[in-house]
Amino acid sequence: VLVVTITNLLWIHTFLSLCSSLFFLRVQFELWDSDDPIPRQELLKKVKGCDGLLCVLTEKIDAEVLNAAGPNLKVLSTMSVGFDHLSLGELKKRGIRVGYTPEVLTDAVAELTIALLLATSRRLIEATHEAKTGGWGTWRTLWLCGYELADSTVGIFGLGRIGVAIAERLKPFKVKKFIYTDVAPRPELAAAIQAEYVSMDELARQSDFLAVCCALTPETQGICNKNLFSKMKNTSIFINTSRGGVVNQEDLYEALSTGQIAGAGLDVTVPEPLPTNHPLFTLKNCVILPHIASASYTTRNAMSALAANNLLAGLRGEPMPKELQL
Amino acid sequence: MFRCTVSLWDSDEPVPRAELLKGVEGAHGLLCLLSDRIDAEVLDAAGPNLKVISTMSVGFDHLAIDEIKKREIRVGYTPDVLTDATAELTVALLLATARRLPEGIQEVKSGGWSSWKPLWLCGYGLSGSTVGVIGLGRIGLAVARRLKPFGVKRLLYSGRQPKPQAQEVDGEYVPLDSLLCESDFVVVSCALSPETQGLCDKAFFTKMKTTAVFINTSRGAVVNQEDLYEALTAGQIAAAGLDVTTPEPLPTDHPLLALKNCVVLPHIGSATYSTRGIMAKLTANNLLAGLTGEAMPSELKL
Repeated sequence: VLVVTITNLLWIHTFLSLCSSLFFLRVQFELWDSDDPIPRQELLKKVKGCDGLLCVLTEKIDAEVLNAAGPNLKVLSTMSVGFDHLSLGELKKRGIRVGYTPEVLTDAVAELTIALLLATSRRLIEATHEAKTGGWGTWRTLWLCGYELADSTVGIFGLGRIGVAIAERLKPFKVKKFIYTDVAPRPELAAAIQAEYVSMDELARQSDFLAVCCALTPETQGICNKNLFSKMKNTSIFINTSRGGVVNQEDLYEALSTGQIAGAGLDVTVPEPLPTNHPLFTLKNCVILPHIASASYTTRNAMSALAANNLLAGLRGEPMPKELQL
Repeated sequence: MFRCTVSLWDSDEPVPRAELLKGVEGAHGLLCLLSDRIDAEVLDAAGPNLKVISTMSVGFDHLAIDEIKKREIRVGYTPDVLTDATAELTVALLLATARRLPEGIQEVKSGGWSSWKPLWLCGYGLSGSTVGVIGLGRIGLAVARRLKPFGVKRLLYSGRQPKPQAQEVDGEYVPLDSLLCESDFVVVSCALSPETQGLCDKAFFTKMKTTAVFINTSRGAVVNQEDLYEALTAGQIAAAGLDVTTPEPLPTDHPLLALKNCVVLPHIGSATYSTRGIMAKLTANNLLAGLTGEAMPSELKL
């Protein structure tokens, strides 16, 4: 008898098909049936003896959890493409297979990144606020002017699937040039979008719009800091939809409030949620979203189906649709 | 190099009507914005010297074209130079509406953000969708070009006749009713004319999908706002984004401003530093050409 722990409520029909598959396999499963994350103590209790674990990015799966689970645990399936919440070393050591959800969320994330970029560069949030609070007079020539993508240079920090998808969507806005930086050149991906490989410093200097799309690793932790912002144009727009930990938030506040950069849009922060009294909220030129990059109905459905199928394949000892190479 | 006497209304606020009527007396040329209604009264007040009107806009619904034509006054306007900025803003508004950005920001500021949840603030994505553009002119086509790489499956458009340039975006010319029934995103991009006045009414919204997103960046009067409010509150359509309203500004107590699924922007379609600079220059050059009897960079055919 296999035991599975599911840490969050899945989209309803995926959940039902997962349940019936699990039932067919004669699997017992334990579901944390709430939209709110499972409390740590509950998680440690419920994973005891389980063969599989399906989680979301709010669960830190580290040695403590893996020890609590015990030796039966053979598969961990996360409903995310990011895996910074998983202790890969510990998982590899225990021979546990890991499933994740790349590609199915690329479109939604790229789309939201552009939504955020445009909302920031075209000052949509300031504008909606003016419309609601009486700041809207009649049409004026210079009121609420923003920065246009046409004729601009767009820089991508970390050229992966999402970075490429962002560039593909920005192209018809008449972007003049795409540049990117990464640990090494990515010739195939770069060719698809005709992007030039540059150093981090050059990326900062040349970009009118800088989008951060890298994974969070020890190398990228806090990499978007004073050193980066001080080299950027004072008309530039900084966008982060990767992970909050990539940005030094104090340095970002400094850069925004002193006019070192023109504006910033964040879908990810440290912590999440960001406390409502955080200084970044006092800035008109900083747009903050609550980590909704993959939040489209079809995408969340696809992510949950994939996460479920990864889990099932892991339980059966079969190839997973999307296995993370450890 | 020739000499003009220029009378300038030097304020961000629009010129009051009485001031305008006084100020135009004997003028040879008039440079105006879309907030200035140029009708028979203004033209009469100006008198027979008036030979050119130059508006800093591409829309000309604020100009009484028949009256202007009758008096053989030439008109300059600003097409093309604002197409990119306006198409960009239209896409920005579509995305902000479909992906619920203002709602998300509101939740963040008010403490509604607790943690990542699978179904919270889910919106409608463009991937695999059908987009319908009403009025595939310069701006409509530019919008369609920008939406295409988001994975739009079908691009429909309606108007008085098919457009050869639609081919570039694989646009399908369909009757308006079909566009409304089949589109996940409806973008209104037509000029305001007697034919399009109040086009988007109860019948229009009834035909749309309940999951559809409605976007208007053309002119406010194309939309019946009471019917839109009805459609949004009754769940006939999912959400709406407007950059133009009737009137402008929209009074702060207007019911549409209170709806979570309605995003209202204060007519900022062409509001970028570079575009407004170019528009201003073009408007001035149109005016000067009109005064010297030369070919205008952008003359409106009356």
